[in-house]
Amino acid sequence: MKWVEVIVSFILTLSFLSFPSCGFQSDELLVDDEEFGLEGAPQHRSPEPIPTRSPPVTSPTRKRHSDLDSDSKIQFSLDHAFGDSDFSPAGTFSARLKTWSHGGQNLLESDDFYRIRLPSNVLSPPGRDFIISSVKARCLPRESLDEHFVIHMEGVNVLAVNYGSPGSCPYPRNLKLPAKWSFSSHTVLKNSEQAPRAPVFTEEILGGENAEGEVVQPAERSFWAKYWMYLIPLGLIVMNAVTQAMNMPEEQATGQVPAQGQPSAGAVQRGPSSAVRRR
Amino acid sequence: MAIMSFIFVFFFFSSLQPILSLYEDQVGLMDWHQQYIGKVKQAVFHTHKTGRKRVVASTEQNIIATLDLRRGEIFWRHVLGPNDVVDGIDIALGKYVITLSSGGSILRAWNLPDGQMVWESSLHGPKHSKPLLLTRNLIIEKDNVLIVFSNGRLNAVSCIDGEVLWKKDFEEESLEVQQVIQPPGSGFIYVLGFAASSQFEMYKINAKNGELLKHESTAFSGRFTGEVSLVSSETVVALDSTGSILLTISFHNGKISSQQTPVSNLLEDSPGLAVIIHPSVTGIFAIKTDAATIFIRVIGEGKLEVVEKTNHETVVSDALSISEGQQAFALVQHAGSSIHLTVKPAHDWDSNLLKESIKMDQQRGFVHKVFINNYIRTDRSHGFRALIVMEDHSLLLLQQGAIVWSREDGLASIIDVTTSELPVEKAGVSVAKVELNLFEWLKGHVLKLKGTLMLATPEDIAAIQHMRLKSSEKSKMTRDHNGFRKLLIALTRAGKLFGLHTGDGRIVWSHLLQSLHKSESCRQPIVLNLYQWQVPHHHALDENPSVLVVGRCGPSSDALGVLSLVDSYTGKEFSSLSLVHSVAQVIPLPYTDSTEQRLHLLIDADKHAHLYPKTPEAIDSFQSEFSNVYWYSVDDDNGIIKGYALKTKCSSNVADEFCFDSRELWSIVLPSESEKIITTATRKLNEAVHTQAKLIADQDVMYKYISSNLLFVATVAPKASGEIGSVTPEESWLVVYLIDTVTGRVLHRMTHHGSQGPVQAVLSENWVVYHYFNLRAHRYEMSVIEIYDQSRADNKDVWKLVVGNHNLTSPVSSYSRAEVITKSQSYFFTHSLKAIAVTLTVKGITSKQLLIGTIGDQVLALDKRFLDPRRSVNPTQAEREEGIIPLTDSLPIIPQSYITHSLRVEGLQSIITVAAKLESTTLVFAHGLDLFFTHYAPSRTYDSLTEDFSYALLLITIVVLVAAIFVTWILSQRKELQDRWR
Repeated sequence: MKWVEVIVSFILTLSFLSFPSCGFQSDELLVDDEEFGLEGAPQHRSPEPIPTRSPPVTSPTRKRHSDLDSDSKIQFSLDHAFGDSDFSPAGTFSARLKTWSHGGQNLLESDDFYRIRLPSNVLSPPGRDFIISSVKARCLPRESLDEHFVIHMEGVNVLAVNYGSPGSCPYPRNLKLPAKWSFSSHTVLKNSEQAPRAPVFTEEILGGENAEGEVVQPAERSFWAKYWMYLIPLGLIVMNAVTQAMNMPEEQATGQVPAQGQPSAGAVQRGPSSAVRRR
Repeated sequence: MAIMSFIFVFFFFSSLQPILSLYEDQVGLMDWHQQYIGKVKQAVFHTHKTGRKRVVASTEQNIIATLDLRRGEIFWRHVLGPNDVVDGIDIALGKYVITLSSGGSILRAWNLPDGQMVWESSLHGPKHSKPLLLTRNLIIEKDNVLIVFSNGRLNAVSCIDGEVLWKKDFEEESLEVQQVIQPPGSGFIYVLGFAASSQFEMYKINAKNGELLKHESTAFSGRFTGEVSLVSSETVVALDSTGSILLTISFHNGKISSQQTPVSNLLEDSPGLAVIIHPSVTGIFAIKTDAATIFIRVIGEGKLEVVEKTNHETVVSDALSISEGQQAFALVQHAGSSIHLTVKPAHDWDSNLLKESIKMDQQRGFVHKVFINNYIRTDRSHGFRALIVMEDHSLLLLQQGAIVWSREDGLASIIDVTTSELPVEKAGVSVAKVELNLFEWLKGHVLKLKGTLMLATPEDIAAIQHMRLKSSEKSKMTRDHNGFRKLLIALTRAGKLFGLHTGDGRIVWSHLLQSLHKSESCRQPIVLNLYQWQVPHHHALDENPSVLVVGRCGPSSDALGVLSLVDSYTGKEFSSLSLVHSVAQVIPLPYTDSTEQRLHLLIDADKHAHLYPKTPEAIDSFQSEFSNVYWYSVDDDNGIIKGYALKTKCSSNVADEFCFDSRELWSIVLPSESEKIITTATRKLNEAVHTQAKLIADQDVMYKYISSNLLFVATVAPKASGEIGSVTPEESWLVVYLIDTVTGRVLHRMTHHGSQGPVQAVLSENWVVYHYFNLRAHRYEMSVIEIYDQSRADNKDVWKLVVGNHNLTSPVSSYSRAEVITKSQSYFFTHSLKAIAVTLTVKGITSKQLLIGTIGDQVLALDKRFLDPRRSVNPTQAEREEGIIPLTDSLPIIPQSYITHSLRVEGLQSIITVAAKLESTTLVFAHGLDLFFTHYAPSRTYDSLTEDFSYALLLITIVVLVAAIFVTWILSQRKELQDRWR
């Protein structure tokens, strides 16, 4: 039974601060759509953005949240359930403290669902209903119990949470007990993206003469690419001529002078060859 | 010469260019179109001596139509739209059809011969009321006048131009006008109604100018139900609200006198709650109780007498005046497999003017309505014809004891459609009988050849066209090689199942489902859906496929369910089940038992899952997949989407091993103050995807995220869920989600600010296309989202593939973390939509096209390449080669790509695509009020020769070529011989 205390403080401006506690610290800026790992957690993926203590970056889409009280730390409770058992508190989200002491091993053996829930409203939990998410228990164990949250938010409302292992979890899932019975969490907050607007061409034409002018000219194609259709027949003709020219001296060397003395090379060639065949 | 013929053949083949649209002579070759009017509500005959005899009908689908009385064909019809309910129709001046609609506020006149609108008047009044239309031959100053009571105002409207001549308001708050009567030959109008439900009011009004002549009222102790029956020009009969006391009110000379008669006085046994049916005939009215229909005559001053009491299902028509002062009415009663039509004179109950017994198809159910019309027979006696509306919404004309024509108007309200294969051609059945003989075949091809070479005379062309349209090939009742011939199985609102042949649209069979019939146990049956129950592949020769019809008894979602199994070849219902649980959701599982019956999971309102069929074998095969069954539910009202899995056997039910408890795995709660679910879309279960990878321009590969568990959800701001333009762009937004329904992961979420619904969406392969309104741009838009799997993106290296160091063959799991990227783009689109679908082919190789049901009730095909998120203003050469179209701000509408060509599918509701066996072709069925079916090849029929391909020409070409080879061979031999002799 090992205990890891994870402190994740959760601020509405999506700034993310945490406090040193119990031997490790993580104080990070939560950048939209970026993932971060807590220290001590195994790094499964290619280099993650390194947590730094920097002021919250607000992008235009997130501005409307920043007018809310940016200093208040919101905590909400995270409950979990083993298989069909009832939900029991797993800690508040600002300081997650949980273990799989009860039933964890049984759950892994039966590969049942490990379920979590959180309130749908951060300010007045539980809101209208709990947001529930679940994962097959055998997806979680790696070195320790690795979990990955993507929390979809809209203002103070939590819409949905994608909960699962940080990597892949293909079927069949084999029973594997973790080395440490503790959780290491990765959390990502997501807001809604702006949809791209339909292109409006009239504006571009009015204001964008330059853009029109900067149209990239198609790269100059090579000589061969441009004129291959002329070059191939030319080459054939040349080759034909060369072979004929090579044949002619040869035939003349054999001493067979055309009887009629026709000037045409073709006739010259045909005459003797048919004679040869007739023999 | 050989060269000549080669050149000829070359030119011939090069002239076979692909075409974008149909040629005029190809109309009707692959497509068919059927027009319907829906369930008739009211019918008026127009049988003047001159001109064609016709009947004008208004229907529950808000259609005005005139039908040919001889054959039942539609002369013209108008669809008034869902909000323009027809309240009454009549014929005025012998040439105008008058319609009162929209709760009595719109009065229109249509020209009877051609259906042109002549005039339209809008009638407004102080309050809402029951609309009443009255047209007698009332003439004021040589002007025919219509009396219309609507919205608390009595209007006199000129028939000629729709001008309101006078109007009179009845502003008294509680007045409910029930009847407006104009006694024939008098110059005044009675307006009768109730005030405060207990006071009878009578107004006598001068018909010339609307002046109030007299107002009388009498109070009664009881309350009225509302319905009154007019038994003579000065007497009405009403029932009180308990349904046990009959009131006879006469208002002779403006004096109201009344008499109360308890219903129990007339009948020995107490009948329970009675209702007055059909306010109809002079001197007689009918009341209907649970058990019986009772006809009551009014004798003298309020005396009532029971003339007949029947226990059969009886329908009564309105009175029809056949000669001066003589009225007749019709009664229709059921007796076994036939119906009895009786026409009686109003004054004498015991005599019959007509009594006929007509054999009636059991599959039409009961008679719901009857309308009669009279004519003079050749022997100068009165003849009657009756138009009857049946339970299955079909319309029949009866005359001389026979059915003159019938219309299957139930097909105007199709709820669900599925398809079934036709029987396999058995070895014993000779095909040659169906085929033409050799000479005919050759003649046909010679004709075609003439047509191709433009040598054909106009008669030949007509013969060719006839031959093509009447091809027996397409309407055969057996399976064909290309999979074009199928059965379309359509479930209608009336609970009738139709089997339609795709070749020519004829009804192969029809069946009124007995299990979904109104009965003691199931009082209000509603049909819900249609599923494929059994599709035999291994036993295709000796087993028939079957379909599952799901219904429930009552409008609420917790009403008990009803299942019915119907044979697809014969239409016979071979099994039915009354369930002990409700049906909230039906999930066809991808597993079948040994008889190839598909397993279905029915979810009830308490989230219990029930497995069907209930056989031990089914439960065995289901156990092994037990842990892999997931489903979801969308609660539109609360904005909650939930996912479930199976848990254990039901604990509550006693020893029901086919019942399972479920558990909630995930939930998504949308904030109710900012989002409201308006549309969801999923992939079709039977859709085939040909390739997972998409090669993009720079020899790069993107892997499509292909999951059958993808759900598209669109939400709008609750304020903006109303009509377009009801909110400002600032307070309306549209949010779209892509959700994995196994784990509840939101894969993508995107907001369109300043946009609102209605949203139409279609999801296919790895993309979704949806249509909505952009308030800022004041235009409709269509957006596309394509979703790609990044976890496979590093499989690009050829060496990895060669060595086997890739994860392409590893199983995909929803529990793996989804690494997806999405690409999206929006385009303007001119039309608003009624439906959207995507072409479906058997292997998914053929490029996709969107089928768009436009507001004009047509189906437009739009290439998916126009909705490619990778379109850019100046695509590179490589991108152009890949087929990327330069970016434009709006999607083009190419007139040739209307697949309905010149036809309209009135009231278009949905477009269904079915894959044919031929990869290039998809079968498209569009239904609304009309039905339309066609074959559609999104990339042309690249895998088959066209229908009009001339085999004769090919044969001749080959013969000519062979001959030419021989001739040249002989010539060259001869020449060589000459050379040798030289």
